[in-house]
Amino acid sequence: MNTLVYLIPLFPVIGFLILGLGRKSFSKTLTSFLGCGTILTSFIISVVLFLNVKNHGAMDVHSLFTFIQSGTLKIDFAFQVDQLSSLFLLIITGVGFLIHVYSYAYMHEENAEHFARYFAYLNLFIFSMLLLVLGANYVIMFIGWEGVGLCSYLLIGYWFKNDNYNYAAKKAFIMNRIGDLGFLLAVFWLVNKLGTVSYSEVFANAHQLSTFDVTAITMLLFVGAMGKSAQIPLYTWLPDAMAGPTPVSALIHAATMVTAGIYMIARSNVLYNMSEFTMHVVAIIGLATALFSATIAIKQNDIKKVLAYSTVSQLGYMFLGLGVGAYTGAVFHVMTHAFFKALLFLAAGSVIHALHHEQDIRNMGGLKKKLPITHLTFLLGCIAIAGIPPFSGFFSKDEILAAAYAHHPIYWVLAVVGAAMTAFYMFRLYATTFLGTYRGTSEQASHIHESPKSMTIPLIILAILSVVGGLVGVPEILGGNHQLHHFLSSVLVSEKTHQIPHNTEWMLMGISVIIAVIAILFAVNKFSKKPELNDAEGFGKVLSNKWYVDELYDKFIVHPMNNIAVFFKNVIEKSGIDAAVNGVGKFVLYGSRQIRLIQTGQVGTYILLMVLAFVLMVLIWINDGYIYRFITNLF
Amino acid sequence: MLSYLLLLIPFFGALTTFFIQDEKLAKRNALLISIATLIISIFTLFSKVELSFSIPWIGALGSNFSLQLDGLSKMLCLLNAISLPLIILSVKENPYQKASNFWGLMLLMQVGIMGVFLASDALLFYFFWELALIPAYFLCSIWGGEKRLQVTFKFFIYTFVGSLLMLIGIIYLYLQTPGSHSFSIQDFYNIKLAGKQQATVFALMFIAFAIKMPIFPFHTWQPDTYEQAATPVTMVLSGVMVKMGIYAVIRWLIPIVPDASAAHANFVIILSVIGMLYASLIAIRQDDMKRLVAYSSIAHIGLMSAALFTNTQIGMDGVMLQMFNHGINVIGLWIVVDVIEKQLGTRKFSELGGLAQKAPTLAILFVVIALANIALPLTNAFVGEFLMFSGLFEFNIWMAAVAGISIILAAVYTLNMVQKIFYGNTVILTENAIDISWNVKLVLTIIVVLIIVLGVYPMPLLNLIGQ
Repeated sequence: MNTLVYLIPLFPVIGFLILGLGRKSFSKTLTSFLGCGTILTSFIISVVLFLNVKNHGAMDVHSLFTFIQSGTLKIDFAFQVDQLSSLFLLIITGVGFLIHVYSYAYMHEENAEHFARYFAYLNLFIFSMLLLVLGANYVIMFIGWEGVGLCSYLLIGYWFKNDNYNYAAKKAFIMNRIGDLGFLLAVFWLVNKLGTVSYSEVFANAHQLSTFDVTAITMLLFVGAMGKSAQIPLYTWLPDAMAGPTPVSALIHAATMVTAGIYMIARSNVLYNMSEFTMHVVAIIGLATALFSATIAIKQNDIKKVLAYSTVSQLGYMFLGLGVGAYTGAVFHVMTHAFFKALLFLAAGSVIHALHHEQDIRNMGGLKKKLPITHLTFLLGCIAIAGIPPFSGFFSKDEILAAAYAHHPIYWVLAVVGAAMTAFYMFRLYATTFLGTYRGTSEQASHIHESPKSMTIPLIILAILSVVGGLVGVPEILGGNHQLHHFLSSVLVSEKTHQIPHNTEWMLMGISVIIAVIAILFAVNKFSKKPELNDAEGFGKVLSNKWYVDELYDKFIVHPMNNIAVFFKNVIEKSGIDAAVNGVGKFVLYGSRQIRLIQTGQVGTYILLMVLAFVLMVLIWINDGYIYRFITNLF
Repeated sequence: MLSYLLLLIPFFGALTTFFIQDEKLAKRNALLISIATLIISIFTLFSKVELSFSIPWIGALGSNFSLQLDGLSKMLCLLNAISLPLIILSVKENPYQKASNFWGLMLLMQVGIMGVFLASDALLFYFFWELALIPAYFLCSIWGGEKRLQVTFKFFIYTFVGSLLMLIGIIYLYLQTPGSHSFSIQDFYNIKLAGKQQATVFALMFIAFAIKMPIFPFHTWQPDTYEQAATPVTMVLSGVMVKMGIYAVIRWLIPIVPDASAAHANFVIILSVIGMLYASLIAIRQDDMKRLVAYSSIAHIGLMSAALFTNTQIGMDGVMLQMFNHGINVIGLWIVVDVIEKQLGTRKFSELGGLAQKAPTLAILFVVIALANIALPLTNAFVGEFLMFSGLFEFNIWMAAVAGISIILAAVYTLNMVQKIFYGNTVILTENAIDISWNVKLVLTIIVVLIIVLGVYPMPLLNLIGQ
């Protein structure tokens, strides 16, 4: 059964090739049929595979061929089917399919060729993402890892006539590459110490690694995760990545690609369990990112930017979960976040679509009546992310918060502050967009219509998932048996048991929900009547300018690097090395000019020289081997 | 038989091409000859035995005309053989005056390079090494940019000085061989030199190879030469000829003076890593496509020279693999540069933009080649770089980490190039640009297919170099 696994990435890559090569001749209908159909097929196979894993449970590795062999190192192009990868398969192909369908209407303004290009990129992305989670070793994961980075680059810069978008695309790729270097070094470290990169062999032999090795490897892998999953200090590319089409933001920059870092750490849990230090770093970076980006989200006025910073913040929560050993909680949050954040982005896309590419929420307001389905689904998404029971976000976030408390109460306090901010900025966004009165002209108002079905149906499905998706992980205290936990227990082993008394757990849950509700009511109350329409001042200005982090990076990294490059180019290269080389040349020229004087052009002199040379040769000949001995002595 | 056909066909091809009056016919003749050579070269891949050939050459000196074709030589001969037809095909109209001479010299240069990869006799090796340089000199100084004479003169003197030092090294080694002396590579391998002697030979020969590759700081001839030479010549120089230096280190330096090579490994690797970062940073600030590709190539060669001296199998496998891959990729980049320069008359990024709208096919093919230039996985360069970095890591973690910064910088300059040429809005020059013609499309497609196939399934090449 599990041999079907090859087909899952195969269909998207075939889709990519067909769409890429036939893009000039395909109609939009054919393109979207191919684009969506391949992903649907992969989704169906993924479901079959998932059920198979669920019922039989065994882990399977399927090798296609030897990818690289050098000396004793052998890297197979192999796929691993187990609980973790099959769960990710469902998220990727499932959410991926819905977003493909949504894109059909959203991208319909594009001409047929570019429409096909868009779907080709999207299929290539799904292919890469599938490689990432299916790979049975770190090299295959890295292939997918850089592959999704490429697709992200291509899709952020999809409208390539706009240079701002191109810069955003390039920035995303380069920042990811910084992380990728960390990932690569970790892989080299494994190759060097263990001679293998396959998961099963690495984990089985992990005890051979010294503490220093494990810490270095896990830290380097985490650097990779910082890049891909937009954590401090490598997060600044993600908000800029919103330049891409909105479905892309939903798929790549919310639901799937950016969670690759969480997948990677969860996958490597055996190694992470061995390094206390790295776990602390992961938790602290995650928590810091969660709080930091939440503060920025409070003062953003671009509907997609708010969601982008919210994504960074939620990813921070996932890393917090990983860092405190709640691997299942983190993966659970990946899943629920994929539902509600994809939903929020797609609903935002529906708003943007209806308002003809208006993204500034200050120009919106009162859209509740005009866009009923969008409004309702968006609201459900907001409730889910705010962590109100029994919506999905509540269960997954609660699990992370409880584990954080068990680790140290201060983690919990900070995480709840972040959760309050989340509820606040999400409902600020909701209230400013949908409540109150429309702030555009009546001319514009008359053009606003609810989006077509191919957009609203994915919204409805995702909304349902956002509401009920948490039920797979209902904790014991609430009468559930946490199916997800049982399902993943064989692949995700946490050495930290975070048992906290039931009373405490009830209390923590209660406090976090109450705080979230208060934040929601405050935000709705505040922004439905009087939305913030002016530019922020004072501290708010710092927040709306994202703490000036981009400016800092420019000033302290980009500019110095450029200056060094210019210095190398103009000074060292031209006046240094090349001048020295030319200097040698000039010296020789000067010397030869002097020697040239011998060549007087008078035949007599030449004959004299010839005779001298002849005599010299005879002398050497007589002293047979003289030169030979001379050279030998020389050395 | 197969081995000397690899030399004879292009050699006689060159002679006939010189005498063909009709320029179109000359080019067609050169193309046919180069394809014939390619076919022979492909044939050699399928012979399992080591092909060797030997007849006395300069008997008095104990030098034989002996050729040997193992896996590495086969691969490099293939690279040499495959590049010329691609280069000839990529040039549609004959923009070169005296085309018969141009293509004749190109074929002659191919003979020289082929001989370098084949020779298993040091004197013969030296002979071919120089034979490759002479046509290169004429090609660079007759056809090319305004400053070509001055630049070629520098190139020639620089490499020639290196060659002479190598010759001294070869003669010295020759005199160390037992009995009546010989230039045979096996006899060279058997020489046991003391530490100081090894160091001397190392210094002499290393400089020659370092100039050829080039290793920082011996590189300054390269950007100028690449910029000034006619692009087909540049393709051969950077795609194939620089591999002579690397090949020579693998075959003629490390095995002959292993102790000195190991002793100087740190020094060479540090130079190479400095060169990688240095060249990458300079590449970021280039406004000229040719110079950008030249510096990018210096950075890539830097990694290869660093991995060469790690004395690890994985690093060495990576270098050998990358010799082929780098050749293919860099030729692809030059072809794009040439196409753009021929059509639009500029190589400056600041005068370009928005070309993707006018030439989408070129854009797509170029993006794939650019991705290979940054060693994205599933392109051929990833495998080579992965192995080389692994070797470097095994040698010294910090070297690998510092050298790794070039991975990031490569993305910066390569994506800059893609963006500035192809993205954004069209500018005056690109307003009326058209897409590439069938021949360029064919050549670039072949290159792109090679990039992907060897990136997904590199085992055939790895098996070949393992022979």
